[in-house]
Amino acid sequence: MKSLGSIRRSFAPWNDPSAKPYISFENVTKVFGDFTAVDNLSLAIYEKEFFALLGGSGSGKSTLLRMLAGFDNPTSGRIMLDGQDLRGIPPYRRPLNMMFQSYALFPHMTVEANVGFGLKQEGMPKADIDARVAEMLKLVKLEQFAKRKPHQLSGGQRQRVALARSVAKRPKVLLLDEPLGALDKKLREETQFELMDLQQSLGLTFVVVTHDQEEAMTMADRIAILDKGQLMQVATPAEIYEAPASRFVANFVGNVNMFEGTVASRDAGIARVTGASGAEIVVDNAGDAAAGNAIAFAVRPEKIKVSSKRPEGAVNAMEGEVYDLAYLGDMTVYRVRLADGQVIQASALNSSRASDDPLTWHDRAWISFQPDAGIVLTR
Amino acid sequence: MNPTWSRFNITSVVLGFAFLYLPIVLLIIFSFNESKLVTVWGGFSTKWYGSLFRNQGLMDAAWVTLRVGVISASVATVFGTLAALALTRYTRFRGRVLFSGMVFAPLVMPEVITGLSLLLLFVAVGLDRGFLTVTLAHITFTMCFVAVVVQARLMSFDRSLEEAAMDLGAPPVKTFFQVTLPVIAPAIVSGWMLAFTLSLDDLVIASFASGPGATTLPMKIYSQVRLGVTPEINAACTLMIAVVAVGVIAASIVNKRREFQRQRDEQAAQRG
Repeated sequence: MKSLGSIRRSFAPWNDPSAKPYISFENVTKVFGDFTAVDNLSLAIYEKEFFALLGGSGSGKSTLLRMLAGFDNPTSGRIMLDGQDLRGIPPYRRPLNMMFQSYALFPHMTVEANVGFGLKQEGMPKADIDARVAEMLKLVKLEQFAKRKPHQLSGGQRQRVALARSVAKRPKVLLLDEPLGALDKKLREETQFELMDLQQSLGLTFVVVTHDQEEAMTMADRIAILDKGQLMQVATPAEIYEAPASRFVANFVGNVNMFEGTVASRDAGIARVTGASGAEIVVDNAGDAAAGNAIAFAVRPEKIKVSSKRPEGAVNAMEGEVYDLAYLGDMTVYRVRLADGQVIQASALNSSRASDDPLTWHDRAWISFQPDAGIVLTR
Repeated sequence: MNPTWSRFNITSVVLGFAFLYLPIVLLIIFSFNESKLVTVWGGFSTKWYGSLFRNQGLMDAAWVTLRVGVISASVATVFGTLAALALTRYTRFRGRVLFSGMVFAPLVMPEVITGLSLLLLFVAVGLDRGFLTVTLAHITFTMCFVAVVVQARLMSFDRSLEEAAMDLGAPPVKTFFQVTLPVIAPAIVSGWMLAFTLSLDDLVIASFASGPGATTLPMKIYSQVRLGVTPEINAACTLMIAVVAVGVIAASIVNKRREFQRQRDEQAAQRG
């Protein structure tokens, strides 16, 4: 059985027509003065999903999160949570909690008091609060720091206090605003997996805002790519990477080579594409691209082969010159300049310790790829 | 930094400090003078301190000053904090610029004008001048100082703290008392201290706004000095200096300690 990416998912309510969305944005628009932060956006998130909102600054991702939390109200459209319209419900009555980018720990309270703050607001008896706080601190492995103040903790510890505080009330949905933004790289990688485990064990719906595509790819069940307040694509990480819906998405997530051209002929799924310089490539899965359409064939670097001679039987092969090389240990990245000046990036996994076909700077080299190595983009 | 103490430097430092502190030092020295003549040294004595505490007039004035100071500083702190909140939080209401200008005008308004206008107001509404009017006048002119201090703190306040509190289920009023107020409390306390100090040593406005039976200590001292300085006044002033100095030094020691503790904690936290 073929599947995009190398992952088979058993949790995929978005493919089930009978599944009801848990959170839905319905034609939501948010205008600040004369700036449209969110532009007529509709989006459905399912229960127990780990959902990522990915975009650059000004893409509207944080505004979406703030509207869900209740700090901002949509200018038009509505937001539904579990069948209930959230309009007019203040943040303190919404059954969801947020973990802030700055962590927003109360500086005058101990770790314990911070974690128990939400429970105290609920009017939970003191003994129950203490038990829950102890449980939460155990969950984030901070038991021995209960009596400390936030400024007596390191960045990673503060992040975990913020996390414990935001899940202490057992919210139905946890919103995370750049949860790992302030951590260093190593800590970030560890914490990513901790967050995923936590989401699994508590059975929560997570909505995370991030500008870091790697973070979104690692953690999320589905990713929404946003640009200028509009939704570009919503899909699983594998679909986003292997089947981006547009040039923007393909460029935004990971590296990509774009072969721009015009469809010369169409035969079932196969299309012949003529590039600007006259070179012809054959592509599979041409979708609805008809003859005469301008399209881009997007191929990821690891799906392009580099060799010193034209590979035998290669359908799509082009000659060029090795322009740059980077040896990264686990793989080698080649940048090959074609005759028409386009620079193609290709990466090869170093699966054995020595190479049969070593290349160096300014060597003549061939790049080749299969007709189904990439995807045809019309947008 | 490598300070080289040239003769010029030493001279200017000595002169500068002498200019600032010589009068005060003289006053303190003469408060321990045995002689009844203020400018003639007659040996060391603490008898004027004893007679100061037996001087009913001065003691009454001190008590009035203290009560006016505490009440006016407290009320001014509440009003000043509210004004600062309004000015930093609701940045888009009509007439905000006018309002903020009006709150801060008394900072630069000559005291004579503030005093005179308050006097006219009290006369116009038929308020008998006394304890109430001095207190009202002091609230009026110290409030803006509190507003300035608290506003400065609120400018750097991380609003996400309040959002976090609301997100965790605290309605706005609870959020204010459980999160906002404790975080800005140091600024409010400094505002109160500033207002109290200003009220304590105000002479001009009190002279306009006060009436019989509500003579403040500065007014009393000023009126006595016009009849001739007595060593008792020197003793009273020395005590005031001592109170202020102890307050300032204690506050700075507490601040330094806290700062030092915080740095040590942060370093410890970074080490893990």
